[in-house]
Amino acid sequence: MVHNIRESINIVIVGHVDHGKSTVIGRLLVDTDSLPKGKLQQVKEMCLRNSKPFEYAFLLDALKDEQSQGITIDTARSFFKTKKRDYIIIDAPGHIEFLKNMITGAARAEAALLVIDAHEGIKENSKRHGHMVSMLGVKQITVLVNKMDIVGYRQEVFDGIKKTYSDFLNQINIVPLSFIPISALEGENITVHSNKMEWYNGQTVLEQLDKFNQAKNLDQKPFRFPVQDIYKFTQDNDDRRIVAGTVDSGSVDVGDEVIFLPSNKKSAIKSIESFNTPVKSAVQTGEATGFTLTTQIYIRPGEIMAKANDILPKVGSRFKANIFWVGMAPMIKDKFYKLKHASSQAYVKLIEIKQAIDAVDLSTVSNKQQLDRHDVAECILETMKPIAFDIVDDNEGTGRFVVVDNYEIAGGGIIVENYSTQDSTLKQHIRERESIWEKGLITSAQRFEHHKHKAKFIAFTGTIGTGKRAIAKALEKELFSYEYNTYYLGIANIEKGLDSDISGNPEERMRRLGELARIMTDAGLIFITTIDDADDYDIETLKLLNEPNEILVINVGENNFSHYSVDLQIPANESVEQAVKKVFELLKFRDIILDYSI
Amino acid sequence: MEHLEKLEAQSVYIIREAYREFKNLCMLWSIGKDSTVLLWLTRKAFFGHVPVPLVHIDTHYKIPEMIEYRNRLALEWNLNMIYGENKEALENKQTFPDGKVDRIACCKNLKSEALKRTLSGEWPRYRMDHNQKKYVIDTNKEPYTGVIVGVRADEEGSRSKERYFSPRDKNNEWDVGDQPPEFWNQFKTDFAPGTHVRVHPLLDWTELNIWEYIDRENIPMVSLYFNQGKGKRYRSLGCYPCTKPVDSDAKTVKEIIKELRSGKFANIAERSGREQDKEDGGGLEKLRRDGYM
Repeated sequence: MVHNIRESINIVIVGHVDHGKSTVIGRLLVDTDSLPKGKLQQVKEMCLRNSKPFEYAFLLDALKDEQSQGITIDTARSFFKTKKRDYIIIDAPGHIEFLKNMITGAARAEAALLVIDAHEGIKENSKRHGHMVSMLGVKQITVLVNKMDIVGYRQEVFDGIKKTYSDFLNQINIVPLSFIPISALEGENITVHSNKMEWYNGQTVLEQLDKFNQAKNLDQKPFRFPVQDIYKFTQDNDDRRIVAGTVDSGSVDVGDEVIFLPSNKKSAIKSIESFNTPVKSAVQTGEATGFTLTTQIYIRPGEIMAKANDILPKVGSRFKANIFWVGMAPMIKDKFYKLKHASSQAYVKLIEIKQAIDAVDLSTVSNKQQLDRHDVAECILETMKPIAFDIVDDNEGTGRFVVVDNYEIAGGGIIVENYSTQDSTLKQHIRERESIWEKGLITSAQRFEHHKHKAKFIAFTGTIGTGKRAIAKALEKELFSYEYNTYYLGIANIEKGLDSDISGNPEERMRRLGELARIMTDAGLIFITTIDDADDYDIETLKLLNEPNEILVINVGENNFSHYSVDLQIPANESVEQAVKKVFELLKFRDIILDYSI
Repeated sequence: MEHLEKLEAQSVYIIREAYREFKNLCMLWSIGKDSTVLLWLTRKAFFGHVPVPLVHIDTHYKIPEMIEYRNRLALEWNLNMIYGENKEALENKQTFPDGKVDRIACCKNLKSEALKRTLSGEWPRYRMDHNQKKYVIDTNKEPYTGVIVGVRADEEGSRSKERYFSPRDKNNEWDVGDQPPEFWNQFKTDFAPGTHVRVHPLLDWTELNIWEYIDRENIPMVSLYFNQGKGKRYRSLGCYPCTKPVDSDAKTVKEIIKELRSGKFANIAERSGREQDKEDGGGLEKLRRDGYM
């Protein structure tokens, strides 16, 4: 069967409005006999009925409002085939307002046709699109100089455009595969060589298309597997716990040692799972697959699985990136955005705009304070939590991201440099906060003497449903009965109050809890709360924010930390009474409370 | 990877992404070849399981074999099968076969309207009870906020404009001029309350790809797609008053593939047998904007 399946390739066609993209496609469809039977006739009749001249572009613009406005609003796909293979031509709109649609089309292409009107010459979007296409990772570009019929098929017009546009592309490190002079309207140099341009002896559009290569082979790159989800379906006694996702690059075999980042947890591939296939012992780039592991480790969707002895992704929260912004509202500093990177989602802030690049003349603009719609800029971003990533040149899939603003994908970017060795804004913040922290006239020693205990932030962690809340409340009651000053904070109480403006931002919630703990412990309290499903980074954040005061972490049930060692581990089935007793022992042992038995 | 493998992997990725991002997710199953391939891909994505409810809109003008096939697979594959309908329009005979409305209005009543109200939970939903082996009223009335649908870009013009993740507003409307960007496999999965999303994992498949995949995976299909000896078969399935079989001798999947690749249908649009598409040049686009599949 396999030998019957034809090769297929995605091509995007871009360019300025009215430079003839749709006409080029219409022509390709007609000249390769790829239209459904009767379609051409149908459109011609419709034109006749409406007393307007037939245009090849009408074949594509199936939607009514497009025909009435004469422009392509969205990305449409057309299918056609040559002897060699099948093509999906993605028609990207030329209007600047539809840049996000053009990006949508270009992002899934393996090669691009960039159309320039010979008569009108290079326009703003001719340049902008060239720039975008290269940022999106499309490396194969052919430039079609269209409407040669209008300029009398003169070579000097073609040569002039070729020279100017090559110079532009060279500045952004693009070397186009070819320039082809065409007339889509007249069918010159589309599928057959034109005899009106004897001076041109290069390839036709169709010949060039067949020379494009398919997407590069990523199998040789280091193995990257962004974890999309973790499945445990219990139906029909299925006890597999499957790590699901798509192999982004490289390959992996059963038995290989793997590491998950950023959690740093290790295991090995026990099996490769699939439905309706023979048993697999290895998987390659591009496969949507699933694994079971030899050990039961707790990992989350969004982590990147790599081979333990391979080049690993970087882990950090600061990086330099090239961003293009398509959001209606500008991207501003110090606002939380959602970052979607590989299969992970994180909160991110714009820290600094290094320089904005004018996509049209490539001049740089410094001192920009925000990213406006259609800006392209080099920026520093910081995620609230560390993520695993690669530099885009090392690995494309794990080196690029999108930014979500108010439900919309508002920007995209590629990571060009790791900045995570620099201090995070959190550390800077704490340094500043502590340097100006205003003390009252009572010292902590005085409070200790008065309260008969030290201040402490006690955080109960563990997965949901382990009974940690009951223990935390019982601990508060017990401490209170000995007249210690203590307070139990139900997390839900602040969700609708202090945190009501940040629903759905767990990292910011953690930050505020840390600030609150700093105040409560400064007041000399034993401050108790519970945190569901905390990871290493959450606890590190709380610990940092609570400085100079201290945190006591008690984990109930399965311990899912990868390197943080908790102060006390309580089994899931422990009685509340027993658990409280253990905490009390620890508090005495650490001299937080005085030994009341004395 | 060859082309079908690439298509499969991309569809599986999208299905998993939808499953991860939407709490109230369902999948439409029209019983035809596309949505049955979609169902199969779901089993691929979830390693044999189908953890999403399947919703069928029953116009009561479906060819009986379709309903019989639906119920048989629901039981065999242990599917959470749900159907909805426009009871009022059927009772008041507001249908094309009853002669009271034209084809487009009939589609709007029995499909778009029924779909809209079934998804929202306003109208009763019927769920297959696997113990009793029959449909019972579903007590869950929560609206579905994510809907996986098997449309293909090559079906007709308006579908070629779709996104993989395509938002619909509160009135189920599709704003074709202002769709979210999609790139590098990052989709719009964040939504303001009240909106929902149509997820289209089969967007890049062609009719030929669908049959090649059915052949490769050996997916069971309704017998209506095959010539049963009378020289006719259905190329696409719908309601019997509006969907006509085509002349064809193809008795097997392999013969259908041959017919599509180099035979009599290689250059004939799939939906040429659908009467409602012909009524007006933009009829289908109008229907789609109002929520039709």
